[in-house]
Amino acid sequence: MIEAKGLTKRYGDKTAVDDLTFTVEPGVVTGFLGPNGAGKSTTMRLILGLDRPTAGSVTVNGRPYAALRAPLREVGALLEAKAVHTGRTATNHLRALAATTGIPRSRVDEVIDLVGLQDVARRRAGAFSLGMGQRLGIASALLGNPPTLILDEPVNGLDPEGILWIRTLLKNLAAEGRTILVSSHLMSEMALTAEHLIVIGRGRLMADTSVREFIERASTGTVKVRSPQAAELREALGGRPGVGVAEAVEGALEVIGLTSDEIGQTAADHSITLFELSPQHTSLEEAFMALTSDAVEYRAGRVAEEAPV
Amino acid sequence: MSIGTSTDMSTAGAAQPPRADQVTPSRVLRSEWIKLWTLRSTFWTLLAAIVVTVGLGMLFSWGFAGHAADPKDPVPDAAMRAVTVPLQPYVIAQLAIGVLGVMIITGEYSTGMIRATLAAVPTRLPVLCAKAAVFAVVVLVLMEAMAFVAFFGGEAIIATHHLDASLSSPQALRIVVGVGLYLTVVGLLGTALGAIIRNTAGAIAALFGILLILPLLGEVLNLTSWGKHVTPYLPSNAGGDLLTNMPDPGSLGPWTGFALFCLYTAGAMAVASYLLRRRDV
Repeated sequence: MIEAKGLTKRYGDKTAVDDLTFTVEPGVVTGFLGPNGAGKSTTMRLILGLDRPTAGSVTVNGRPYAALRAPLREVGALLEAKAVHTGRTATNHLRALAATTGIPRSRVDEVIDLVGLQDVARRRAGAFSLGMGQRLGIASALLGNPPTLILDEPVNGLDPEGILWIRTLLKNLAAEGRTILVSSHLMSEMALTAEHLIVIGRGRLMADTSVREFIERASTGTVKVRSPQAAELREALGGRPGVGVAEAVEGALEVIGLTSDEIGQTAADHSITLFELSPQHTSLEEAFMALTSDAVEYRAGRVAEEAPV
Repeated sequence: MSIGTSTDMSTAGAAQPPRADQVTPSRVLRSEWIKLWTLRSTFWTLLAAIVVTVGLGMLFSWGFAGHAADPKDPVPDAAMRAVTVPLQPYVIAQLAIGVLGVMIITGEYSTGMIRATLAAVPTRLPVLCAKAAVFAVVVLVLMEAMAFVAFFGGEAIIATHHLDASLSSPQALRIVVGVGLYLTVVGLLGTALGAIIRNTAGAIAALFGILLILPLLGEVLNLTSWGKHVTPYLPSNAGGDLLTNMPDPGSLGPWTGFALFCLYTAGAMAVASYLLRRRDV
């Protein structure tokens, strides 16, 4: 269990993390979502005690990270950049980390096999591809078999097979009752992996909800209708309270406030032919972007917006 | 302290039960030992220090012996110099040892390894202590041994030209032992500067600025009345007092000078420790 209370981090006059309060529960994969520069990595560094919060606090299993007696056995972390000395082999990197909490050599070989690095375990990490580097990072996170895992963009640089592998791995680890926090800037990836979502933008909490709720909230309830008798249909549907009808293009209507069933029935009652009747679900990516659009740090066209008129 | 704050303290984990797999100083030492010996740069820099100390020591001795034996152009203080000449390459060996001292810490910052290290040992200070301890023991043992090899080798060469120096010569034992001590402290100063500056090039520049450039400025200062109040106290001048049998006028004396050099290094280490605890990584 990870608990953040009023977590705030400022660098100079720039606020990277702004009064975040959330709880990451055990037993499910929690997705930590936000556009680039939203403060995900900073939050993760704060959890791991690598950065010191300006205000607020964050605990892992009820304790600040720095108070953990055997950190690697309690929290496993994959950090954004490769946190590996490029001159050391994968095995030696893991041996050095394992030594801090007396993890035996056999466990080092075990995690190397687990992440599929056995063929390159004696190669220096500097020669690793991005995907191999990610696997090594995941191996170091799993080294102490910890009940809590914090992974920053773990699918970065993995091939489709690797992405599937990590998705399954995370779900299995969560099913064992572990607490798992996984960051990503890709909503579509999180929809497949996570059950719970914490969404942040510009360091602020935008949503703390289950993936299902997030999807439901995201759908706007618009129904698209195409008909050769669009004008007649518009008249038939109009005039009811709470219903909006707009003609998007010639022969196509967008209806808000009615279900597709109701529209179909109305059309049948007026003997109006329909070519298409489709409820519009906003894609997760669109919902995510709608939620965070005000909070995007780096956006194309921003310069133009800010240019003097 | 109110009851309210004391319960806060206990939930903050101040008094956790010890566990068998917790981080201990000896485990951190073991980790840093593994780290030191699993990088090629360690071998190369130590090899360079060995080759320079022993190889150049012999070469200097051979050159000195030929020159000193020339009756038409006698070397002044030849008997005194016969003690220090085989060990003189320490000036060059300190480059290799200093660079290694810097890199054991800045290598972690430049690669990002430091985040994995400090996540594994979040109290942080044991990491710096273990790095310094492992490095100091390795350099002290190795360079002390090499100093003796260089001295005996060099003296064997010099003896063929009828000049005598041995460990029983005045101050000889102190100087031979001093080489290992001096190089160890140079390396530790590098480690401290590396931890403060967190950048390989910057820390190496600072280290050799202090060890090699400051004394040159001291020479300039010696032309003024300020010189005698400043120059002997510069780090490498103070440390170098241990390694000479012909001290400059006004120098601090071997052990006082070396103690001051250690004090500078301890000061840098204290600053490094404070910053390591405070700074974000």
